Amino acid sequence: MSANATTEPTLAPGEIAKPNTGWIWKIFGVLVGITAVEFVFVFLMHPSTLRNSIFIVLTIMKAFFIVAEFMHLKHETKGLIWTILVPVSLLVWLLVALITEGSFVGEVMQNMFK
Amino acid sequence: MAQPTTLQPPAASNTLDVPRTGNWDGGNEPFKASYGKLMMWFFLLSDAFTFAAFLTTYGMIRHKHEVFTGEAEDFVFSTRWWPIPDHVFNAFPGMGEANVPLGFVALMTMILILSSVTMVLAVEAGHRMDKKDVQKWLLWTILFGATFLASQAWEWSHFIHGHTEGTLMADGTVFHGANLAMNQYGPVLFADLFFFITGFHGTHVLSGVCLLVWCFIATTNGTFEKRGHYEMIEKIGLYWHFVDLVWVFVFTFFYLV
Repeated sequence: MSANATTEPTLAPGEIAKPNTGWIWKIFGVLVGITAVEFVFVFLMHPSTLRNSIFIVLTIMKAFFIVAEFMHLKHETKGLIWTILVPVSLLVWLLVALITEGSFVGEVMQNMFK
Repeated sequence: MAQPTTLQPPAASNTLDVPRTGNWDGGNEPFKASYGKLMMWFFLLSDAFTFAAFLTTYGMIRHKHEVFTGEAEDFVFSTRWWPIPDHVFNAFPGMGEANVPLGFVALMTMILILSSVTMVLAVEAGHRMDKKDVQKWLLWTILFGATFLASQAWEWSHFIHGHTEGTLMADGTVFHGANLAMNQYGPVLFADLFFFITGFHGTHVLSGVCLLVWCFIATTNGTFEKRGHYEMIEKIGLYWHFVDLVWVFVFTFFYLV
């Protein structure tokens, strides 16, 4: 969003540029909208793997808008973007591995005395 | 192209005051971000690891426990299965025993997203060197942050004191609320994880509010104006957005899923 850059023409000394906040409120609307959609799914859908997947996708969308726009990462250099994203994406692996492990441990313990 | 390197001290003709400009001399800025901002990013990355460890632990322990398979209306609290979140978090301040599933946590989420917005507005005002606007938006951010903390205090207090119906224990007594050793909602670790995860997040919000108060004082004293830039607001802003980001994940994995 190039609107982030201050592109106003020369200012007289002591003069303050006009605020440029339209894009901020747009992102706010998006975040509120996604949260509202999440609540629609909470009340209209029975718990299932599909519903959980929808929540996770919507959460990642929200995270994208916060990190890319509010934290300005989208407008940093490619090197910085990858430096942050690569270690974080490895955490997904940890999460999947340990959740699988948890399901297995639970199953073993429930069937132990059968 | 003779680039001076650290192995070769600058020639005597170069005065020592001239900054070195070689690629390997500190003359290159590959990320085009200031030292402070980069270090804030790396701190946040390490903090993300901590929170990810918490949420991964939550996922693992939750999957270790049985899942309640009946209809949602028939659900009762039991240490046998993991509780359904909208049966645990269904109270709203001032509404007594009314069933408002996830209502309060929705409000808390809105407050935190709003505080993130006012934080960006403060950063934007800083870019324009608009001291008054920076002060205004910082104050709003502090207000929303403090409101979130107060809401969390209420949420904790309600969680600790419990619902009136309580849960029948094996020895015939009824237990209300939660502590680290026992709770009425489900397995012991459910309450423990609630306290640790939301508590760790709340501590971050508290630190953020303290940093913002300090920023407000420094802005009012004109520290940043004298410095010529409001980069400190940007750095604290990065931290504040990160706290909001963590809440987005806590909200999904603790309250929705």
